[in-house]
Amino acid sequence: MRMNPRKITVLALGLVLLLTAAACGGGRDGDDEASGTTTEVAADGDRLSGRIEADGSSTVGPFTTAAAERFAGVQPDVQVTVGISGTGGGFERFCAGETDISNASRPIKDEEKAICEQNGIDYVELHAVNDGLAVVVNPDNDWATCLTVEELNTIWRAEAEGKIENWNQVRADFPDERILLAGAGTDSGTFDYFTEEINGDTGAIRADYQASEDDNVTVQAVSGSRGGMGFFGLSYVEENEGEVKAIEVDGGDGCVAPSTETVQDGSYSPLGRPLFLYAKVESFGRPEVQEFMSFVLENNAEIAEAALFVPLTDEQLETAQAGFDAALAEVGA
Amino acid sequence: MATPELTSGARPRLRAERRRWGEDVIKGVLALCALVSVLTTAGIVLALLEPALEFFREVSIREFLTTTRWAPLFEPASFGVLPLLNGTFLVTGIAVLLCMPFGLGAAIYLSEYARPRVRRTLKPALEVLAGIPTVVFGFFALTFVTPLLRSIGLQVDIFNALSAGLVIGVMLIPTVASLSEDAMTAVPQSLRDGAYALGSSRLQVSTRIVVPAAISGIVASYVLAISRAVGETMIVLIAAGQLARITFDPRLSIETMTAFIAATGTGDVPRGTVDYNTIFAVGLTLFVITLAMNIVSIRLVRRYREVYE
Repeated sequence: MRMNPRKITVLALGLVLLLTAAACGGGRDGDDEASGTTTEVAADGDRLSGRIEADGSSTVGPFTTAAAERFAGVQPDVQVTVGISGTGGGFERFCAGETDISNASRPIKDEEKAICEQNGIDYVELHAVNDGLAVVVNPDNDWATCLTVEELNTIWRAEAEGKIENWNQVRADFPDERILLAGAGTDSGTFDYFTEEINGDTGAIRADYQASEDDNVTVQAVSGSRGGMGFFGLSYVEENEGEVKAIEVDGGDGCVAPSTETVQDGSYSPLGRPLFLYAKVESFGRPEVQEFMSFVLENNAEIAEAALFVPLTDEQLETAQAGFDAALAEVGA
Repeated sequence: MATPELTSGARPRLRAERRRWGEDVIKGVLALCALVSVLTTAGIVLALLEPALEFFREVSIREFLTTTRWAPLFEPASFGVLPLLNGTFLVTGIAVLLCMPFGLGAAIYLSEYARPRVRRTLKPALEVLAGIPTVVFGFFALTFVTPLLRSIGLQVDIFNALSAGLVIGVMLIPTVASLSEDAMTAVPQSLRDGAYALGSSRLQVSTRIVVPAAISGIVASYVLAISRAVGETMIVLIAAGQLARITFDPRLSIETMTAFIAATGTGDVPRGTVDYNTIFAVGLTLFVITLAMNIVSIRLVRRYREVYE
């Protein structure tokens, strides 16, 4: 069967049109999901503008960014910039008065407090969200149900590179099975968090593992190898049930399984932890900062979910709200 | 054409009586078409050079080319590119081992054995394979070939050099077959007839007459296949892993140069850092390798080409 060229052209054009329509349709749906569901755009009267500077931990960064993206749906003229200089680097800038909000994956240290005080920076600490990392193994793995932090360190530390290759090197009664490691690549907050808590230093890790920014690759690697092991955000485990199995972690007080509850109540330690936003009280004098902070608290669960974190409990949210209200009272807003 | 000049035996005067502007425009447009690819190549080299030189200011070429640990994004960082080269050549080797004999075999069959009708249907069917997007081949390797290898008892990693290499090889069969077949079809029929007249069998004609006569075309198809295997990105990214190491065991996870470039380039490595420049240093290495290969092959082709008539 031969088609004449004109017919082919018409067909091709039709196909292109069809594809374009499909692509546009898809795009619109995506937008709805991204900006919708929260609240409607503010009426012209309370339309704010300005710029909010945030910096700090790369783990908390995605949370603040997700909040900023949603906030832009309500207050499109307020620009929120989120840097990722690390918790320490963030506090450095924060206490120098350069930023309004500091993202922190740990409470502020005494020496950082001192610098803030010296520079007359009054701040409020808000427990903004909870973070949980899961260590996952293959569903067929029936030996490693619970590992201690020391054992995880034995497997993952930089010195283990090229040496720890078999499960029986981790614990004597583990079977002779090759370990296949996968996990977050160096660009992610997950990587920073895991290396910090398991290996003691941010970025310290053996280099011979399957490192990928795409958690799905980690899932493929672990689900495809009996001796596989990987790590990623807790919320990703639920999405991949049956493919991988999260193991319990013993941080010194016995084995604890990762779950929303154990992360929220702090018992899943050290791979579950609270994350903080430090806000400069003086900045609350600016309505856009004030509005942004209350937006973060009001939509906490939704932002947490979007950025793959574990939301606050009602109680934690109340405490954060109380802290925020007290700070507002301080500036007389 | 009966121009008076022709009768005198001199070259005919082809120059127009007056300038044809339309012709000039067409010539210009056509020259531009040719220039686009040349300029793009030059642009790529320039774009590669600057960050790559920046990289070599911080990391010595010696360390880059002779040390054996590749972990540019980790602490402590090391920049030995050999594991990536090893990965690239392991995958390419497997692919080539597959596509060269099968491609040549297919070409011999199509050109010497197949009846015209068979050939007319088989060749386009073979070429359809060349039109499948590599991302599809990548998932085919990961979700079909790897489990298949496991089911026949090979202890392969979930990401491994073998299945990626095999699938690249399969992908390249039509390239080799199609180009080689073209070269064989172009061999003068008189050569075959002569051989048959001397009592040669069909196999003898194919392997001793046609293949040697078409060798330059066959080698050219091989070189194209090797270049494409070296440069193949999506399949290795999906199916071969991101674990740079020196090994000749095709069952293990490896990382190729292209996979490193793609994975790192799409991550959020800050611009201007050594990490970022690493991408370009590897890119330049890749470029130099393919360039060297092409030069060598052109030489080879010239040397072994058999010219008839």
